[in-house]
Amino acid sequence: MILVNAVVQGIFLGAFYAVLACGLSIMFGVMRIINLAHGDIAVLGAYIAFVIVERTGVSAFVAFAAALPIMLVLGYVLQLTVLERSLKAGILTPLLATFGLSIVIQNLLLLTFSPDVRSLGGAAGGFTTASWRVTSQLSVSALGVLVLAVAVVVFGLMQLFLSRTRAGWAMRATAEDADAAELVGIDSRSVYARATAIAVAIASLGGLFLAIRSVFDPASGPTQLIFAFEAVVIGGMGSLWGTLVGGIALGLAQTLGAQVNPEFSVLAGHLLFLAVLVVRFGRGRITLRTLRLAR
Amino acid sequence: MAVAIGLAFVPLVFDPDVVQKLTNLLILVLLAAMWNALAGYGGLLSVGQQAFIGVGAYATVFFASLGITPYLAMVLAMVLAGAVSIPISLFALRLRAAQFAIGMWVIAEVISILVRLDQNLGAGTGISLIEMNQFDPNYRQAYTFWLALAFTALFLSALFFLLRSPMGASLQAIRDDEDAARSLGVRVASRKRLLFVLAGFGCGAAGVLIVANTLFIEPGSVFSVQWTAYMIFMVLVGGLGTFEGPILGAILLFAIQTTFTQGGPWYLVGLGATATLFALALPRGLWGTIEKRVGLRLLPVGYRVESRQLETPAQS
Repeated sequence: MILVNAVVQGIFLGAFYAVLACGLSIMFGVMRIINLAHGDIAVLGAYIAFVIVERTGVSAFVAFAAALPIMLVLGYVLQLTVLERSLKAGILTPLLATFGLSIVIQNLLLLTFSPDVRSLGGAAGGFTTASWRVTSQLSVSALGVLVLAVAVVVFGLMQLFLSRTRAGWAMRATAEDADAAELVGIDSRSVYARATAIAVAIASLGGLFLAIRSVFDPASGPTQLIFAFEAVVIGGMGSLWGTLVGGIALGLAQTLGAQVNPEFSVLAGHLLFLAVLVVRFGRGRITLRTLRLAR
Repeated sequence: MAVAIGLAFVPLVFDPDVVQKLTNLLILVLLAAMWNALAGYGGLLSVGQQAFIGVGAYATVFFASLGITPYLAMVLAMVLAGAVSIPISLFALRLRAAQFAIGMWVIAEVISILVRLDQNLGAGTGISLIEMNQFDPNYRQAYTFWLALAFTALFLSALFFLLRSPMGASLQAIRDDEDAARSLGVRVASRKRLLFVLAGFGCGAAGVLIVANTLFIEPGSVFSVQWTAYMIFMVLVGGLGTFEGPILGAILLFAIQTTFTQGGPWYLVGLGATATLFALALPRGLWGTIEKRVGLRLLPVGYRVESRQLETPAQS
């Protein structure tokens, strides 16, 4: 039964990681960029929601709804200023530029908010602590169910967007071959900007969940980035639903690892990630996607 | 060479405080040179070199605790860090750009966690190199400085001679265009492995020097990704892919650090913003841009393509 509990907790944790990872996956899928500032952007979103909650006392979810447009605009601006230039400059440049950005965001947050840890657990109403007791050893938390539900909805909406809407088709076309897409009149600049805006917004949703389920501080970003990246890689880079699966796999690895020894949980996730890397990339298999990454 | 001999007199002239600061400068130079070797010449962007820094530091403490005399322990620790990089290279070098970058970071995190779990190594709270107490503080600072000088000179000369050798030409070919180099028969994979292992030794040496200089380490600081941030700044601003660039970048970072210690996070914001700006606008860094404009090169590494008039028989 304890094992079942660990599995359930792992799925909930994994859904959280999947939400964090969704934005990273979108940016990689469309632009082949790994945004090393992704975790810090998620934390930034959490801080914006935090400020709104502090000033107005509304619930965390309402605060997020208010923060969402800010994050969307931020993402748009980010693409047009920083990422646009680094896209043209080679493989190393986006990594270097986003790494520098990550440091800037972390330290600006540190200056504005001090290193104290914060949490939005208190502002989430009953969700933070409510749970259903299924048996004596298994309880299902309301927050976990909420995150799982939201994760499925977000991924589902993204999938619908990509498969049913013109903007989504434009995004997929640009992801396949940006030059060919330009030939048929798709402006890659605005597609990229839209993708970044969506990625940043979903990242801040991840930040919200981080803030509610635990604490955060200005230095929390890199940890979230690593988990998000691990989820993306485990699930298969470039695959949207794969990221959901990867996130859940990571969550399961961590909670099951914790069963062995509480200190092993993060380590277990890392080991799973490294194992997937070895299996998938170990024999130097070249697939169409990695070839494109090498351009 | 002359610079190195001149620097050797430093501990005799200056206060221990100054000597400690200059040791820090040498550590920065070493780190910058190593990261540049990886990224500038090998195209390998590693966000996880702190793995080797940490291994070097903790290995020093470990060997010293076994009763080995401290400075010998330091050399052994550097060798261990380099040795550890060999099996890691077999796995890590198969990865492409972003996977390699973050994969190295995860490896650093894994090693950090493993160290944290070991009570003998001080777990999460850290551990001191108490065996250094046997030395008088002034002499200890001097010995550490000389060791730092020796390590830095060793790795810089290794890199220098490597670049001047036939292997060096292939390294620079990889830097300029990896695929073209491969098509010419350059054994790219083994060259990259060489750079990776060299950087493993070098960053391990830096870790050794860090613990020798500060006498106390904890996993959070010595395995921190902050080190990578510094390395990226130094190399980007100094000049990626040039020999002198990282040294310039290290001097700059050192100057900024000593001037702005009161500034707190502001100077980190400045560092990050500057690194980003350089990545986008001045990818060749300061030295690279100067080198290109002026044609100045302090140390004779690299090649220069000259055009020559062909002599036709009618002209002779």
